[in-house]
Amino acid sequence: MTQTPVFRTEGITKVYGSGPSAVHALRGVDLTLFEGEMVVLLGASGSGKSTLLNILGALDRPTAGRVFFRDRELSRASDRELTTFRRDHVGFVFQFYNLVPSLTARENVALVSEIAKNPMRPEEALERAGLGHRMDHFPAEMSGGEQQRVAIARAIAKRPEVLLCDEPTGALDSRTGVTVLEALADVNRELGTATAIITHNVGIQKIAHRVIFLADGQVSRVVENATRIAPAEVTW
Amino acid sequence: MRALDRKLMRDLRRIWAQALAIALVMACGVSVLVLAHGSLHTLAETRDTYYERNRFADIFAGAVRAPEALAADIAGIGGVAQVETRIAEHMILDMPGMVEPGMARVFSLPADGAPVLNVPLLRQGRLPDPLSPDEVALSEPFADAHGLRPGDGFSAIMGGRLRDLRVTGTVLSPEYIYTIGPATLFPDDRRFGLFWMSHAGTAAAFDLDGAFNDLALRLVPGTDPAPVIAALDDLLAPYGGTGAHGRDRQTSHAFLQQELDQIATLARIMPPVFFIVSAFLVNMVVGRLVTLERQQIGLLKAVGYSTGEVAAHYLKLSAGIGLGGVLIGWGAGWWLADALARLYGEYFRFPYLIGQAAFWPYAVSGGLAPATVLAGAMRAVWATARLSPAVAMSPPAPPAFSRGMVDAAGQRLRLRQTTMMILRSVTRWPGRASVTLLGTAASVAVLVGSLFFYDAVEVMMDEMFTLSNRQHLSLTLTTAQTRGALIDARNLPGVLDVEGGYTLPVRLMNGPREKLVALEARGEGAELVRVLDRRGRAVGIPPGGVVLPQLLAQEIGAGAGDLIGVEFMAETRETHVLPVAAIIRQTLGEAAYIHEDTLFSLLRQAPRVNRINLMADTAELPALYAQVKATPAIGGVALWSEVQAQFRREIDESLMTVVFIYALLGILIAVGVIYNAARIQLAERTHELVSLRVLGFTRAEVGFVLVGEIMLLAVIGLPVGLAAGYGLAALTAGQMSSQMFEIPLVVSGPTYAWSAIIVFVSALISVLMVRRRLDRVDLVSALKQKE
Repeated sequence: MTQTPVFRTEGITKVYGSGPSAVHALRGVDLTLFEGEMVVLLGASGSGKSTLLNILGALDRPTAGRVFFRDRELSRASDRELTTFRRDHVGFVFQFYNLVPSLTARENVALVSEIAKNPMRPEEALERAGLGHRMDHFPAEMSGGEQQRVAIARAIAKRPEVLLCDEPTGALDSRTGVTVLEALADVNRELGTATAIITHNVGIQKIAHRVIFLADGQVSRVVENATRIAPAEVTW
Repeated sequence: MRALDRKLMRDLRRIWAQALAIALVMACGVSVLVLAHGSLHTLAETRDTYYERNRFADIFAGAVRAPEALAADIAGIGGVAQVETRIAEHMILDMPGMVEPGMARVFSLPADGAPVLNVPLLRQGRLPDPLSPDEVALSEPFADAHGLRPGDGFSAIMGGRLRDLRVTGTVLSPEYIYTIGPATLFPDDRRFGLFWMSHAGTAAAFDLDGAFNDLALRLVPGTDPAPVIAALDDLLAPYGGTGAHGRDRQTSHAFLQQELDQIATLARIMPPVFFIVSAFLVNMVVGRLVTLERQQIGLLKAVGYSTGEVAAHYLKLSAGIGLGGVLIGWGAGWWLADALARLYGEYFRFPYLIGQAAFWPYAVSGGLAPATVLAGAMRAVWATARLSPAVAMSPPAPPAFSRGMVDAAGQRLRLRQTTMMILRSVTRWPGRASVTLLGTAASVAVLVGSLFFYDAVEVMMDEMFTLSNRQHLSLTLTTAQTRGALIDARNLPGVLDVEGGYTLPVRLMNGPREKLVALEARGEGAELVRVLDRRGRAVGIPPGGVVLPQLLAQEIGAGAGDLIGVEFMAETRETHVLPVAAIIRQTLGEAAYIHEDTLFSLLRQAPRVNRINLMADTAELPALYAQVKATPAIGGVALWSEVQAQFRREIDESLMTVVFIYALLGILIAVGVIYNAARIQLAERTHELVSLRVLGFTRAEVGFVLVGEIMLLAVIGLPVGLAAGYGLAALTAGQMSSQMFEIPLVVSGPTYAWSAIIVFVSALISVLMVRRRLDRVDLVSALKQKE
């Protein structure tokens, strides 16, 4: 694995609200994410996982501290620059898919490929996500696992450098959860996309190169997996 | 306060903007209903009370000179309750400070001084003393316009002699609620006045001692007026009777009735449009508002509230919005009705306004408006409250879409996915789309249906003053004269062109239908006063028959070529059967026409004139006016440029106020519909739209999905509204045309364009207001919410 950093954070904090009711979601997080690696973020509810992911993905800004994407400082970028950054570099996968119900699988992916700089064809993205056979179905006509794989296809269609996944299997049963994890692992391996996965499921940690534990808004420890397991072997 | 009620108050506060928008649309429907019927009711009630209190007559008749003794015979006609004879004459006035001649109608008061019919209402001072021939009571508006008060004196030419008159009082008359002089259209308080004088004074001035020339009757309630009119005509025929008629041909009554009919027409057409649109819209919007509360409904049921309690909670929420709409509507309607009635109160001379509001518009709107709101809410609450709490609390399944024509079009045109989202959403929810579309269309239609009045008035003015009546002055002669009078008229100062005319009252008969109208004789090549054909071109009067305006022809059921009976009501009182030579278009009045050669050969008389139309050098008008005032043979004068200026002024003030109110409400409908549609879209699709932002779409691109869909529907709604607007204009024009005016159905390009532009811009502003909310949505918190 090459050790070129994609993301680097320097002491980022995030405070919601002010005064006595202020909530400190992040309290000085230093973190580096490298090219091509798969990272799992583990932690209890309220530990700051989602806040961290949102800040990395330019959906939110830190209250203090600095965030770098390669050499660019995101924490100082304008709103417009953040939009362009999301458009060109980051893919998101959420627990609740966030598909556009009025567009078919192919069109949901095309939504992104139409505005990306160097996209793959929607069909190719769907093939990679294992959905080559259901391209013309609407979200309402697909199972949760299938919808999530459309979301993955949509996320990778722009050939992002980073894939940020917030509980991608959270709403799925174990069998469909495995198919989604397999799709993520395939993308990570074949395209070399750096992937960060938030999960509550400790079983998933073994598919990652590194596991970052968060507690109380801080990184409590980082574990490198000497041996990884295949998604199919994950026990739920 | 119970927790649920506290939630109710907070929910209302949270959705206040949307609740207000819904309430305003509802208020539009409610206020128009209250407004239209409120002003109608006030005017009709006031008029009826005034007529009753001041004993407005049922039948009116004129004669040249009838002996007083005839009054007893007339009183003997079956069904006649009261008779009053009097002297009524027009006269030219030379008022201090007025260059142009004024006019007055003088009435004699009964010898004992107290009129029994058409009783003048004293406003100031007293009525003239029966023994003082120089005392006069003036109509209040005329006295005000000239600053005359009881005790003041002024001079006037009466019956060709200059007289010094003393004002004893000012009055209003039920016969002149609408006070217009001959050949004018609108009240002109400075140039036309009403004088009441002692019988002795008037009889001497007009040489009618022991005789009368005007008469009014009151009938025993329930009497059919037709036989009374026929008997009266027979009695008056030997004395130059000009045809008795009922209230329908009494000028003031007819104008007032026409105005009431017009308001009634607007009240029939507009409020249902507003009410149905607003009810429909509110029903849909409230339904969708409740649907958005799905998870809360599930939660309430999960913690133990019954379906009934949950339903009641949301019905209360909707009832709050409905109640707000009704209250705003009542308030606005009441205020506008009052303002409108006041406006009419100045235009029509009522001594008072009886402002007792009709109860039923309030009751109907107060019942129907909340009902439509509740029905909309009920539908949605019921659908949701029936779900099991677990199902209700989980996010609803994504809506099912299917492929259709949109897909083929999308592929062929290589549309962007955001455009596909718009098209699919429209085709997936056609009902919802049609509310937006029809709401926009209704708004455009109301605008076209209101603004077309400006076009109609322009055409009417053009026809009346540019094409038909091109004279500066019309002189009415006290008695008909030979054509030699035209030479005298030509020699008046500054006169450039002269045309004579002869008018006499006739009764047109076609089978059982008959109508009393004026018949005007015209010669060849009339250039000043012209008759227009149905396409608005000036045409000559063909000899041998009568020419009828379209509305009159319809009224008596006669077409071109039909034979009709024409009874001359003066001179040789004869009936002739004549063919209808042509049907013409006539904006103003319903006079019939005949070629002068035809008329005078039927009358077996040499051609005569009783009306002279003049074109004059405007620089010489003062000299001309002075001469007119000093000529006893001239009994009346109409100044057409003044008539035109007044027409313009009055139209601007009265009709256009009404039009403006309706147009404003039309715009409010567009704003209400579009704003609500956009808010609902935003609420339902925040998650989806924010997802686009996450994927890297700019604010503008995401805004396009929201704005694009709404504006697409609005734009499709525009032509629908333009077509519907034409229909509405046709309906209104048809219903509002009367024997006085024919409202032409003309809708100009600019009217269509302005209606469309106004609605388009209102819609765009409304949807952009919602887009601003979309721009401010916080990405992270929006994504945290489940779909």
